[in-house]
Amino acid sequence: MCGIAGLIWKGGVTSDIGSEMTQMLQALKHRGPDSTGFALYGKGEEGVYVLRFKVAEQEDMASGFDIHRQVIERKAAVDTRLEEMGADVTAREDATEYAYRYHFKFGGDLKRLIDYIEDIDGVEILSVGKGLELIKDLGDASVVSGQYGLEGFVGTHAIGHTRMATESDVDIRSAHPYWAYPFNDVSVVHNGQLTNYWTNRRDLERRGHRFMSNCDSELIAVYVADRIDRGDNLEAAMTRSIDELDGVFTYLVATSDQLGMAKDVMAAKPMVLYESDEFVGLASEEVAIRSIFPREIDTWDPYQGEVKVWAAA
Amino acid sequence: MGGSVSTSHDMGLHEEQLRGRTQQVFFSAAEDENFVYPWSYEVDYDKAADFDAADLSIEQINVKIRELMQSGHGSITVKNPRAKHSLGVGILNRLNLTFEGSLGYFGCGLIDGPNVRITGRVGWSCAENMMAGTVVIEKNAGSLFGAAIRGGDLVCKGQAGARVGIDQKGGTIIVGESVGAFTGFMMQRGRMIILGDAGDNLGDSMYDGTIYVAGKISSLGVDCVETELTDLDQRYLKAKLDQYGMEAPNGIDKIVKLTSGKQLWNYDNLEPTEKKLVL
Repeated sequence: MCGIAGLIWKGGVTSDIGSEMTQMLQALKHRGPDSTGFALYGKGEEGVYVLRFKVAEQEDMASGFDIHRQVIERKAAVDTRLEEMGADVTAREDATEYAYRYHFKFGGDLKRLIDYIEDIDGVEILSVGKGLELIKDLGDASVVSGQYGLEGFVGTHAIGHTRMATESDVDIRSAHPYWAYPFNDVSVVHNGQLTNYWTNRRDLERRGHRFMSNCDSELIAVYVADRIDRGDNLEAAMTRSIDELDGVFTYLVATSDQLGMAKDVMAAKPMVLYESDEFVGLASEEVAIRSIFPREIDTWDPYQGEVKVWAAA
Repeated sequence: MGGSVSTSHDMGLHEEQLRGRTQQVFFSAAEDENFVYPWSYEVDYDKAADFDAADLSIEQINVKIRELMQSGHGSITVKNPRAKHSLGVGILNRLNLTFEGSLGYFGCGLIDGPNVRITGRVGWSCAENMMAGTVVIEKNAGSLFGAAIRGGDLVCKGQAGARVGIDQKGGTIIVGESVGAFTGFMMQRGRMIILGDAGDNLGDSMYDGTIYVAGKISSLGVDCVETELTDLDQRYLKAKLDQYGMEAPNGIDKIVKLTSGKQLWNYDNLEPTEKKLVL
């Protein structure tokens, strides 16, 4: 019974979305205390990619033999491979001992670069994008937000997730949001279960997509990415998913300038929507929206099979 | 069907008291003992109180309501409920309760007796298993609105989500605007009035009870059939909607009445052949 939340400021307005999403997810903590994830969309610098990656799981850090040396080695390997491929790394930050944030300039084939880096044992790229920054770790929203310094992150839109693990392990690789590899700036959060996961996964794997976990929600990210790659726009891709994905689900997708929601035909998973001229807020429960709008607001439940997309600009 | 006296074997609203094997005692307003529990509080409707719930926890708010009832307050107003879950649950007392704001999940569930007014919106499973009393919501409602209610009137002036009145066992549910899919799923008794449009699979697998719809119906569920809107139905609808100041958008005579086709009623057959036909 995970909790999901999304927000988007319309008309080019920017706000402290880091703090807003932290508050929304903290209000949903009771829906899933295992891990929390954020996909925040800032303005970004022209021509500069932000790379978020991790080189170990939190559990490995606590118990793994020789892990501290391995972490340093893996990070050095990432640096070497970035250099080999001709990426110009302009900034390096440590979010934790095992998770990093790089800025880099790159003019070549991004998918090849990503595949080459992920080929290093233990390394997983959380996100690559010009505006997107994807942060996920174990713990509740305030813990993760504090650890990665998300308060004060200015941007236009964000999605987030608090996870109660039902289909796979409690670790960072199974935490949401999922980045839609290899498309920069696309991310997904999901509440529900997919029942035709393996059928779709095998199909997408035959097309050359990669899966990092056994979590059914990752499939939605890859599915949407695949549809966009084949020429669908976001709304068309999501509308098609209502027919092609079986099970119960409500999910949110964010791209560099859009936020979309889709609900299955049974309307089995909750979603509350608040929309005003300048702002759209969505969450599994109204308490999350109220955490940033304490005044009285009009909200409603979208219906079964509904797909909605909003633009930030 | 037909004849001058309608019976329980006819579809929908009827005046016959049940007899025989299914005989049981139903709630009757004339019986005094049905109104109060021996342990209920003596309250005076003229004695009013209000409090701000913004900084209180769910438990503190519900305890506060009980404390006010214990001290004889019959009209209680809760300010700033801020969509918290499980507020105003399990009240087995007569009481005028007002929430100035919105409730989260399971608001006013398991109640027997109070008259509740909510000025905002309610989340999932509002008034679940309500036994008696009234709950009036001024704005929208989430899914599972009035799940398994057994009595009383539950009114939403806005739109409601999916599975409204699932497993309804009595009472009346009124929704001013549209409702989602699987509304009236496995409904067993009682009445539902929908003044807007209804989503897919309306009244799916309903056993009994009546659904009235004023707007468009997306699709009917298994064994839900349209039947004739009688004079008795129209008089009932007029009276009921007048009570809450609501109106059918195209007039009461344009309302569609739906009941169970009873093709799934195979309780006496061990190996029903009809069931295979229907499913």
